[in-house]
Amino acid sequence: MRYGEVIGKIWATQKDKQLGGLKLYVIQPLDESQKSIGRPLIAVDTINASDGDRVFWVTGGEATLAFKNRRIPSDATIVGFVDRLDV
Amino acid sequence: MELARVEGTVVSTVKADSLRGRKLLLVNLLGPDTTPTDNYLVAIDSVGAGVGEVVLIVRGSSARQTESLGKVPTDSSIIAIIDSIELKGKIVFEK
Repeated sequence: MRYGEVIGKIWATQKDKQLGGLKLYVIQPLDESQKSIGRPLIAVDTINASDGDRVFWVTGGEATLAFKNRRIPSDATIVGFVDRLDV
Repeated sequence: MELARVEGTVVSTVKADSLRGRKLLLVNLLGPDTTPTDNYLVAIDSVGAGVGEVVLIVRGSSARQTESLGKVPTDSSIIAIIDSIELKGKIVFEK
């Protein structure tokens, strides 16, 4: 998984059926001192995150498995909030 | 996922059987504020995207997880046409 911050949102009405009802966020990967590292990406939200939240997300084929009963066409899915980083 | 702009249509008559009947588009990957990265992909379109539109690309094995693409040899698929993008509270793109 990877760590980062929600920095934006995208809207798309015309999309793959399996993305129906799912929110798509823009995420900025961060390092342990909250510095931005690398390019932002788009991820499916499954935990009701919002702008500014620190989250972690699963990438690659496993990102399709975030929901128990169905697979989704995603290569980046947010799966948890980060309350605190002890470094 | 990544954003991309559809730059053209890839016409291919001689191709793998499993790609038959699939629409192939040439896309330019974009940053979140739609600045082009000039990193191009050939992507299978499953949502009816047109040239010039900003779309959402899924890559790797996830690209086959759309309903119609289960057994198709693709590692990049267009799964949405973007209506608008908001970054840090500001709308940076609107269709």
